[in-house]
Amino acid sequence: MSETVSAWQLIASGDATLFAIVRLSLAVSLSAVAIALVVGLPLGAMLALMRFPGRSAVVVVLNGFMGLPPVVVGLTVYLLLSRSGPLGELGLLFTPTAMVIAQALLVLPIIAALTRQTVEDLWLEYREELTAMGVGPAGQVATLLWDSRFSLVTALLAGFGRAAAEVGTVMIVGGNIDGFTRTMTTTIALETSKGNLPLAMGLGLILIFLILLINAAAWGVRLWSEQRAG
Amino acid sequence: MRAAASDLPLAFDDVSLTAGATTILDRVNLTIGPGAPTLILGPNGSGKTSLLRLCMGLAEPSTGAVSWGGRADAGPERRAILFQKPVMLRRSAAANVAYGLAQAGCPRGLRTRRTEELLDRVGLSALASRPARRLSGGEQQRLALARALGRQPEILLLDEPTASLDPAATRFVEEIILDAARSGTKIVMASHDLGQVRRLAGDVVFLVRGRLFEHAAASDFLDRPATPQAAAFVRGDLVL
Ligand SMILES: Nc1ncnc2c1ncn2[C@@H]1O[C@H](COP(=O)(O)OP(=O)(O)O)[C@@H](O)[C@H]1O
Ligand SMILES: [Mg+2]
Repeated sequence: MSETVSAWQLIASGDATLFAIVRLSLAVSLSAVAIALVVGLPLGAMLALMRFPGRSAVVVVLNGFMGLPPVVVGLTVYLLLSRSGPLGELGLLFTPTAMVIAQALLVLPIIAALTRQTVEDLWLEYREELTAMGVGPAGQVATLLWDSRFSLVTALLAGFGRAAAEVGTVMIVGGNIDGFTRTMTTTIALETSKGNLPLAMGLGLILIFLILLINAAAWGVRLWSEQRAG
Repeated sequence: MRAAASDLPLAFDDVSLTAGATTILDRVNLTIGPGAPTLILGPNGSGKTSLLRLCMGLAEPSTGAVSWGGRADAGPERRAILFQKPVMLRRSAAANVAYGLAQAGCPRGLRTRRTEELLDRVGLSALASRPARRLSGGEQQRLALARALGRQPEILLLDEPTASLDPAATRFVEEIILDAARSGTKIVMASHDLGQVRRLAGDVVFLVRGRLFEHAAASDFLDRPATPQAAAFVRGDLVL
C-alpha cells in the first residue's frame, strides 16, 4: 500500500518527470488523432456516398482495421522507417514523430469507419431532400459531416482513447528513450518490470483518470446533442 | 446561374415507370401549364408520389420523357418539393429554413430576415430555435413548407401535405398554399381528398393504378366525370 501513497505524492507534488511523460503522451496521441481526423473524415464521408466495384470489400477491410493489433502497426511503421526501409532516409525512427505516424495509422480506421457508418445512415435519410435542393457533392459532404458532428465527436474520443491507452506501437517505433520518447504506457511497462511501482502506479492513475474523462465527455456530448439538435 | 427560361409547361410524353416487374406508371401523357393549382388525385398506390418524384426530377422515367419548359435537362433550381414525410435536418427550425435559402442562392445578409418572415408565414416563429426533429408532425410539415417556399420556386410540388393534419391545421396550410398560388407559384399537389379539390384545384389529374384516367378542369371533373372510375371516385365509392 505504501506504493499507492507514494504514487499520490508524485502526482500531488507535480513531479517533473511524471508530468513530462504525461505531456509527451498527450501531445503524441492528440497529434495522431488530429491527423487521423483530417484524413479519416473525408475518407469516411466519400466512402459513404460513393458507389464503386469492390466497395463492400473496402468497407469490410476498414471495419476490420478498427481492431488492428498495435504491435503489428508498430512493426509495419518500424520497417518503413528503419534505416534500410523505404523511408529510412528521413531518420524518424525512435522520435516522437514516428510515434505520431504510427498512432495516426492505428486511429485512422476507427475514425474513417465510424464516419462512414454515421454519414451513410444520415445520407439515406437526407438524399432526396438534398438532391431536390440542388446541393452539389461538396455541399452534401459538408452538410452530412456537420449534421453528424456529435456522433463524430464520439468517434474522435474513441480514437483518442485507443491511442492514449496503447503501448505496442509507441514502444516499437519510439524505443522508450528516457526523456524523449517515453509515454505513460511504455513507462508503466518499464518501471513495473524494474520494480519502481510508485511512478508506474502514478501514471496508471492518471491514465485511468484520462480515460474516464474521455468517456464522461462522450456521454456529455451525447446528452447535449440530443437536446440541441434532436 | 439561374437560367432565364421557365420550367413550364411541365410535360410527360408517354412516361412509364417500372420497378422490376411492377408497373408504377403506365404510359402517362400529361401537360401541366401555369395557372391555378393542379391536383393529382387517386387512391392509395395509384402512383401520385411517383408522379411527383418524376416532376421534381428525382426519378427518371423507364420509358418516355419528362420535360420542363421544353428542356429535358432542367436542374431543380426552379422547383421545390414537399415530401409526404418531411426530412428535417438535424438543426434548429430556423437553421432548416436558412439552409434552404442558402442553397437557393439567397445572400447571407438577407437570410436571417427572410427566415423570420418565412417562419412567421407558417406560424412557427415561436419555435425558431427548437431542434426541427423535436417538432410535431404538423409543425414539421409547416417547417418543410417554409423551407420549400424559401426557394421561391416556379413549381411547388406537394405530396399530400395535409394527410395527417386536423381540420384547423389543414385550413392553415391550404391558406399558405393558396397564397403562394396567388403570387404566381404553380402548385402541383397530390391528394385523395375531394373536399380539397373543391377548395383548391384549377384542374385535376386522376390516376388509378398508374394510369391516367382523366385530366380536366376541377369543375368538370366533379360535375361531369368522363370515366366510370372517376365517376365512382367522385361519388365516394371505393375505386381499386
Ligand atoms: N421503388 C419501388 N419498387 C416497387 N414498387 C414501388 C416502388 N415505388 C412505388 N412502388 C409501387 O408503386 C405504386 C404507386 O406508389 P406511389 O407512387 O407511392 O402511390 P401513391 O402515392 O399514389 O400512394 C404502389 O403500388 C407502390 O407499392
Ligand atoms: Mg403517396
